[in-house]
Amino acid sequence: MITFEGVHKWFKKLHVLNDINLHVKPGEVVVVCGPSGSGKSTLIRTINQLEPINEGRLVVDGMDLSDKKTDINKLRAEVGFVFQQFNLYPHLSVLSNITLAPIKIRKTPKKEAEEQAMALLERVGLAVKRDAYPTQLSGGQQQRVAIARALAMKPRIMLFDEPTSALDPEMIGEVLAVMQDLAKSGMTMVVVTHEMGFAREVSDRVVFMDAGVILEEREPEAFFKNPQHERAQQFLKQLLSPMH
Amino acid sequence: MEPFLDFHVIADNITYFMIGRYPNGPLGGFALTIWLAVVSCVLSLFGGLVLGLLSISRQRLIRIPVMVFINTVRGLPLLMVIFWMYFLLPLILGKTTPESETVIMGLTLFTSAYMSQIVRAGIEGIPKGQTEAALSTGLKPWQAMLYIVLPQGLRNMIPSFVNQFVSLIKDTSLAFIVGVSELTHVATQINNRTMAYPTEIFIFIAAVYFVICYAFTSLSRLLERKLAWNKSM
Repeated sequence: MITFEGVHKWFKKLHVLNDINLHVKPGEVVVVCGPSGSGKSTLIRTINQLEPINEGRLVVDGMDLSDKKTDINKLRAEVGFVFQQFNLYPHLSVLSNITLAPIKIRKTPKKEAEEQAMALLERVGLAVKRDAYPTQLSGGQQQRVAIARALAMKPRIMLFDEPTSALDPEMIGEVLAVMQDLAKSGMTMVVVTHEMGFAREVSDRVVFMDAGVILEEREPEAFFKNPQHERAQQFLKQLLSPMH
Repeated sequence: MEPFLDFHVIADNITYFMIGRYPNGPLGGFALTIWLAVVSCVLSLFGGLVLGLLSISRQRLIRIPVMVFINTVRGLPLLMVIFWMYFLLPLILGKTTPESETVIMGLTLFTSAYMSQIVRAGIEGIPKGQTEAALSTGLKPWQAMLYIVLPQGLRNMIPSFVNQFVSLIKDTSLAFIVGVSELTHVATQINNRTMAYPTEIFIFIAAVYFVICYAFTSLSRLLERKLAWNKSM
């Protein structure tokens, strides 16, 4: 579904992605973690070309992103993306946030798009908020609407870039629950997160990155019990007891 | 003894001050001032939008010439732009153009350059995440601009647009130099005819400019408060 082969990326002189090789199978849920600045956000952003790659081969859902002829807009329509900062459109209602892309890109008739949007809002538990504006919602609610917006394009892959990092602690659960539900439905997901509970319970594989390199890539149980790489051990230790 | 100031001259000529010789002749006076400002403003809004969008184009071949044009115009006095239009437009078009249209062209050209930078700042003030979110759902870059960035940006630009309109009202007084009978020109005519009341006449037109400009400046301040995103929702 997603294949990285020897992918490199530089920001000026900074080598942010260094020889990335990664394969995500259909229906798989992969969690990417690592210290800040490790390149995990950049990694996930290359999958829908919010960040172009400089070297290597990247194939997403059968489309080769290293090929200049690949229609990036078409690819993005098939790949949902959820941002840390939600990025809902503040000038549009919740319903219009969700229906905009299906109406403009998929040419779905408005009424049908709204019915589908309502079904999605039902699914994320926010049907009552259809006419609200984003600033009237809590962070957790905004993120759930953002997930519904991404799902409205019926994507084959969903990407999450630290979806709970900007949330108050008591709102993290409601967003993770929606993501867990999505994972159960068989969606292919790549999730950058520090929520180790989610990684352990929901993911099929954990990828640990540092300094632009994938250092470890294992099943969650094995990764948490017995991390191989020294920096992964350190990272987990700090994450579990930040005071030490 | 004569009173120090005698505003009879205003009362006697009030119709001429306000609308010139209309309806027996062309529109003039204060009404023409507003007409020049409104028409130039509407045209400059379009001009500014187009120039503003082009000035942030990723294509250097578009962006650079547009920026050169904008900066050139912004580096010239308005009076000179009006003179240019006055002498060049007939040469380019091969026929004489009415003075008021010449002035509208000059004001539009000049103000578009300023409006374009309001547009540019307004667009650049919208967080990058908005564009990224739009692109990530498959919208094309122009659709992200049209449906997501511009509606939010334009709203933020409204107070600056109103301020630019206030400048335009004042700038129309330069039309006097090419013989367009707007408020300032009408005032000089009346002054030349009556000879004795320059103080009264120019106090009056100063008051007219001030009242209208102050009203719009207040409106702009009000809009700034009303349109702030977080408070209005």
